[in-house]
Amino acid sequence: MKPILVMALAEVQEGIRNRWVIASILLLLVLSTSLTLLGSTPVGVIKASQLSVTMVSLTSLSIYLIPLIALMLAFDSIVGESERGTLLLLLTYPIRRWQIILGKFLGHLSILAIAILLGYGVVALYFAIEGVGTIQEWLGYLSMMGSSLLLGAVFIALGYLVSVIVQQRATATGISLALWLFIVVFYDLILLGMLLADKNHIIQSKLLAVLILFNPADVYRLFNLTGSDVATLASGMSGVTQSDVLAPLTLIVTLILWLIIPLMLSITIFQKREV
Amino acid sequence: MDVAEHSKEPMITLQNVSKQYRQHYAVDSLNLSVNKGESLALIGHNGAGKTTLLKLILGLTRPNAGSIKVNGQVPSQTSDRESIAFLPEIVAFPQSMTGMELIRFYARLKNRPESECYKLLELVGLTDAASQKVETYSKGMRQRLGLAQALLGEPELILLDEPTSGLDPSLRKKFYNIIEDCKSNGATILISSHALSEIETRIDRIAILKRGRLVIHGTLDELRTVADLPVQIRVSTLPGQTPIVSDLLKPETPWRKFNDHCIEFDCHQDDKLRVIKNLSQIPSGLVDIEVLPPRLDDLYIHFAGEENEL
Repeated sequence: MKPILVMALAEVQEGIRNRWVIASILLLLVLSTSLTLLGSTPVGVIKASQLSVTMVSLTSLSIYLIPLIALMLAFDSIVGESERGTLLLLLTYPIRRWQIILGKFLGHLSILAIAILLGYGVVALYFAIEGVGTIQEWLGYLSMMGSSLLLGAVFIALGYLVSVIVQQRATATGISLALWLFIVVFYDLILLGMLLADKNHIIQSKLLAVLILFNPADVYRLFNLTGSDVATLASGMSGVTQSDVLAPLTLIVTLILWLIIPLMLSITIFQKREV
Repeated sequence: MDVAEHSKEPMITLQNVSKQYRQHYAVDSLNLSVNKGESLALIGHNGAGKTTLLKLILGLTRPNAGSIKVNGQVPSQTSDRESIAFLPEIVAFPQSMTGMELIRFYARLKNRPESECYKLLELVGLTDAASQKVETYSKGMRQRLGLAQALLGEPELILLDEPTSGLDPSLRKKFYNIIEDCKSNGATILISSHALSEIETRIDRIAILKRGRLVIHGTLDELRTVADLPVQIRVSTLPGQTPIVSDLLKPETPWRKFNDHCIEFDCHQDDKLRVIKNLSQIPSGLVDIEVLPPRLDDLYIHFAGEENEL
């Protein structure tokens, strides 16, 4: 356990030093506060409070930003150290390769947790002082924060996977960016295109649900936007929740699988990597 | 230190070890053993397999054939590394960390107390720079930080890859003193180097590699005997009097005249005493006689050939 913690601590220290931590906090903070200010304009006839509205808007933006931050934290981890030459020395120390990956993971996850906690927590604090929101809405907001961290964890793991496979840092940058674009932008477009083209309704709602599970960003979106009645109302997502394939528990389990599988794969590939 | 003083227990044993990268053999059927407390120099051209050999010993890469034992264990990712130290050829550290933070990080991984970090930074002369970021370090300072991390925890086996490149002469001297201290504490040292004149007096044995194969290994004297290279005799005379020496030589002996008072010629080891005796009988005009045994550089070129042969 100790080597993992030593590794994690070093990652956090480095994250603070090269200003990743502060940059991520500021980014999320600016995002959440500006959305809160925008969200305070009248919300019409929808029976939802400011807290839910902010939560829904934050979810929509987190889908883009959290994966991006996570990938940028992670893509460099192995290939970067290998290219700079720091990995060679590290591997001669009494730390196993899986401990290096898990240590880095713990460190990067902590950085992301701090960023989310501060970035989204300040807004939560403001609402708490204002006394806005029901208990259910608060649970929704908190589970949005938690699932954002989980989404980040998924993309950190995906970043490692890229990092252990490729031989050059530049390749890792390219692939990570492509991965991000595909998962958070193109996947939904392709899905939408398929549905539009599908005049004979070959794609059943079950199949659509499964296709959604194949994209961690979509899973995150659904989890937050359909998690409670209020959120469903605020987000206008009531149509999608019919399928029991997409129950909240299924969604969370799927996200956890999206985390564990790439992480395990990264460790396995890293074990075999020549240095 | 005399070889006989060492315990004969081997620290490193390589049997028929081969490592292949695609079609190319980086290490080819290599047999070599290093006893505990012994120091061995690995020399060879760039690409002769020195670094690959070090990686194999460290367990960073696995051989395609043969067996390696380090301290009785097969080196692998999971072996106990607390007592093995490595100084890579290019020492790289995370740039945004300070020297102290880095050495502390490595000490924690090796389960060493923080007090040792201060001691080691002091030893390599980095105390003043300890709180500076590594990106501001010169190459020599990075090398010294590299040495400091390698000395953590009084390692039993120290592997050094081109350790003195980038160090100035006084630091080199200090570096070798530190290594000698480790050795007298019983550490086994493996050093890969191109700085042949530096290491020849500082190591017990030498292994010359060429294209992944071990050409020869032994003590400097053993290498000299096998190579049977001539010694060089350099004679200084009074100005203009070099003919008193050249006239004395057998006609087939080639000689080189540096200037009007210095002449040099090769001489077979067995013939050396006779030649010196003859020289000493020259009645007047001689200033000095120097006998230069073949140096490691000469032996290296003899055994490994010229670089362009690769």
